Amino acid sequence: MQTSRPLTERAWVTLVWVVTGFFIVNLFAMIGTVVTSSFATRWLGTWLPAGWTGKWYLSAWDEFQLDDLLIVTFEVVFAVVALSALLGIPAAYALARREFPGKQIVMLLFLLPLLVPPVTYGIPLATVLYKSGLGGTMAGVIAANLVPAVPFVILVMIPFIEQIDPKIEQAARVFGASTFRLFIHVLLPLLLPGALAALLLVLVRTIAMFELTFLTAGPGSQTLVVALYYAVFAAGVRAVQSIDAMAVVYMLTTLIWLIVALRFVNPTQMVTRAKQQQT
Amino acid sequence: MNDAHTPPPALGMRLAAMGLDAVTLLVLPAALLIVALFVYPFLYGLWLSFHPKDGSTFGNYVKFFSDPFLYGTIGKTLWLALPVTVLNLLLAIPIAFRVRRMRNQRILTTILVLPITLGTVLVAEGMLNYFGPQGWFNRAVMTLGLSSTPLKLVHNYTGVFISLVITGFPFTFLLVLSYLTGIDPVLEQAAATLGAKTAARFRHILLPLLVPGLGVTFCLGFVQAFSVFPSAVLLGAPAGPTRVISIAAYEAAFEHYDYSLASAIAMVMALVLLVIVVAALSVRNLFYRGPASGGKG
Amino acid sequence: MAASLKSFKSLRLEHLGRDFGTLNALKDLTFSIERGEFVALLGPSGCGKSTALNCIAGLLPTTRGSIWLDQTRIDTLGAEDRGFGMVFQNYALFPHMSVRDNIGFGLRMQGVPKIEAGKRIDAAIATVRLQSQIDKLPGQLSGGQQQRVAIARAIVIEPPLVLMDEPLSNLDAKLRLEMRQEIRRIHSGLGSITLYVTHDQDEAMSLADRIVVMRDGEVRQIGTPEDLYLRPATLDVAEFMGFRNRIAGRIIDVTADTVSIDVGGTTIKGQRRAKFNGRDVVAAIRPDDLVAAPSGLAAIVEVCEYRGHSFFGSARGPGGVELFFSSSERLANGDAVTLAADPSRVLVYDGAGA
Repeated sequence: MQTSRPLTERAWVTLVWVVTGFFIVNLFAMIGTVVTSSFATRWLGTWLPAGWTGKWYLSAWDEFQLDDLLIVTFEVVFAVVALSALLGIPAAYALARREFPGKQIVMLLFLLPLLVPPVTYGIPLATVLYKSGLGGTMAGVIAANLVPAVPFVILVMIPFIEQIDPKIEQAARVFGASTFRLFIHVLLPLLLPGALAALLLVLVRTIAMFELTFLTAGPGSQTLVVALYYAVFAAGVRAVQSIDAMAVVYMLTTLIWLIVALRFVNPTQMVTRAKQQQT
Repeated sequence: MNDAHTPPPALGMRLAAMGLDAVTLLVLPAALLIVALFVYPFLYGLWLSFHPKDGSTFGNYVKFFSDPFLYGTIGKTLWLALPVTVLNLLLAIPIAFRVRRMRNQRILTTILVLPITLGTVLVAEGMLNYFGPQGWFNRAVMTLGLSSTPLKLVHNYTGVFISLVITGFPFTFLLVLSYLTGIDPVLEQAAATLGAKTAARFRHILLPLLVPGLGVTFCLGFVQAFSVFPSAVLLGAPAGPTRVISIAAYEAAFEHYDYSLASAIAMVMALVLLVIVVAALSVRNLFYRGPASGGKG
Repeated sequence: MAASLKSFKSLRLEHLGRDFGTLNALKDLTFSIERGEFVALLGPSGCGKSTALNCIAGLLPTTRGSIWLDQTRIDTLGAEDRGFGMVFQNYALFPHMSVRDNIGFGLRMQGVPKIEAGKRIDAAIATVRLQSQIDKLPGQLSGGQQQRVAIARAIVIEPPLVLMDEPLSNLDAKLRLEMRQEIRRIHSGLGSITLYVTHDQDEAMSLADRIVVMRDGEVRQIGTPEDLYLRPATLDVAEFMGFRNRIAGRIIDVTADTVSIDVGGTTIKGQRRAKFNGRDVVAAIRPDDLVAAPSGLAAIVEVCEYRGHSFFGSARGPGGVELFFSSSERLANGDAVTLAADPSRVLVYDGAGA
């Protein structure tokens, strides 16, 4: 299998890497453009800007009220993370440990919000939220974001809990641990690594969740990504560099958490729960 | 069987025997949340879509399918989503085959997870700069002499198409890679010892085992591309060739405040998705669908 | 290529080696196998036996050395060009193909005409006695049946060499004994070489014509099962072959064919096998051969278990050495016994101090 390769195979391999390289170079150049522009004094018709400045960050901070946006964003995100942990982990525990009639339907119930695109269910959801007075409020935004977050936590946690041997819990019972102590001393430490990974992924996904927040947010409950959308949508009203500075702030808030998350999870887990084979 | 005099076991015990005990109840809060915030709005939307402003039952659907500005969005969206999904798959398969043999997969997968994490809005903002007439991409194209005038890559079909590749390709790739690494490498070795060369191993072993995963990947990729929204507005021509179905739904709800029509459009959208997904999965069902390992252990 | 190898006489490995980074997984493997032989590679896990098998199969590139079928060098060929049959530990059946298609895969790859292929597949299915299962998928078969399919798939291409990588390790004890006989029977019918990797010395002894004992990536001994059982070349091999008692002592007398050693004041006699490097030696004795006797090593019984045909026990001997022995009657814990073995059953090796 590993002997010398024929020419066609080598050409094929080269092509594969050229395509991948082209994709990655353009990806980085695209991100680089945004960063460069955010530090540019004037950038028209040249490879690099005429000069460098940090003033756009100050103006973006004022114009877009970035401090308010950041506070709202993190209030929403942490509320979503906390609530999805509170609702999702117990549900995942029940689904991993018990067989009961109707379990298939419950599983489908949790699978659907992850399969149906947010725009599709976001519009009826926003309609319901507006009718009930929650539309445009922070509570509405949090509620909407829970729809994909809770099932995500559940589906990440189920295989994780399944691989914890139930005998450990039984042993703790035999030694006389009460339910509460069982939870604190036995379950919690065992669940922690999986829960941490699941919640960090929810955190990153919620910061970047545009559609649901966009459809349900009002003026006081916009998150960073929605504000960025409006800024780009109304381009021309403000300096491009100012919008780019805001984009960089958004990028940083996402990337910091992504880096933290990647310490605990494999990048492939951002899109799939499938187990990676160890090689 | 039971002695008539023995009292029946307590209700709690009977329920527990069915698997319904206190632990099972833990699933309830999450399930109620999804029912309240996902199932109910969906059903309400369905109901609402049959109660248009004009009072008729099918008014919204009649309106949708008689106005080319509305029904045309289905075709436009499909014309974007289908080619993009197929292209992403065609790119992802060979690259995943290469990468699965790599030692430092993680570097590449980390790079590719970036555009997914950053999201469509940031990609749109970056693309407006980078692929714009003065952007680095067009400068490079002109410097290399590939074109004398800047290519028009944003505010049209191409712009939305590129953005769907930038966010969709990594997604497709990571899924294909995880399916591919799920195929036991020993199967390929076994095929090799039986005389199968690289091409034959791909055709007879890897591809048939990968098809079910590719079916799922196609569906998930298509669902994402079909629901394209921010990039269609920011990078496309939202009044023309990239007036996708989610724009129509958004306009109905938030510009005309016609929630009934908006719900009807959302239902049409869900239906189209369902048709394509069912079609893709039934093609998949023609193939083998079991585990991709070669025995016990 | 494969066709020209059909009428070969022997397989030769010359100084075969394989490194994984800085790890020498396989150091220097040299031996040859004649056509018709059944050879087992035996050793504990991590001894390099599977690495050797994968190198021979062409699934792992070699770092050093060469592999020859008569005068043809084959280590430069890919696995697909060697034409060897291989049975994998987890069978590696193609899960999406029927039993018949699995078995026919190799013939299909060789471009064997359909009619001939059909006959050969039928013959292979008959050989492994799976006639009633041909249209099932591997997932519908039991472990033993999957095993038979894996063997049929490997032998149907009539390979000069059949490689088996611990093929019985996933089966339960009863089935394992049954499949052992099957494998031996199939081998006899083929007339090719079978190279069989295992960590189970019982399996190796009952199947193989010759056994290659490996440890730490090196060959420790090559010989017939009788050779290994009666005359292990080193203390390692002896221990692996069931010589559980290792008793340190000093040589006091050497004659033409016996050696007497002193163990804490008691004299034991053993076989003289080779020259000794020093006076410190280790005597190796199987528990079956160490029995209560009027004189011998004084020991205190610690455990005595019933084993059906006899009792098996352990005792604390001179200097605290743990002795495993057998006995025809039950002994109580704390009993004092004297243990001895027939000198022809006592092997003496150079000790750690040599």
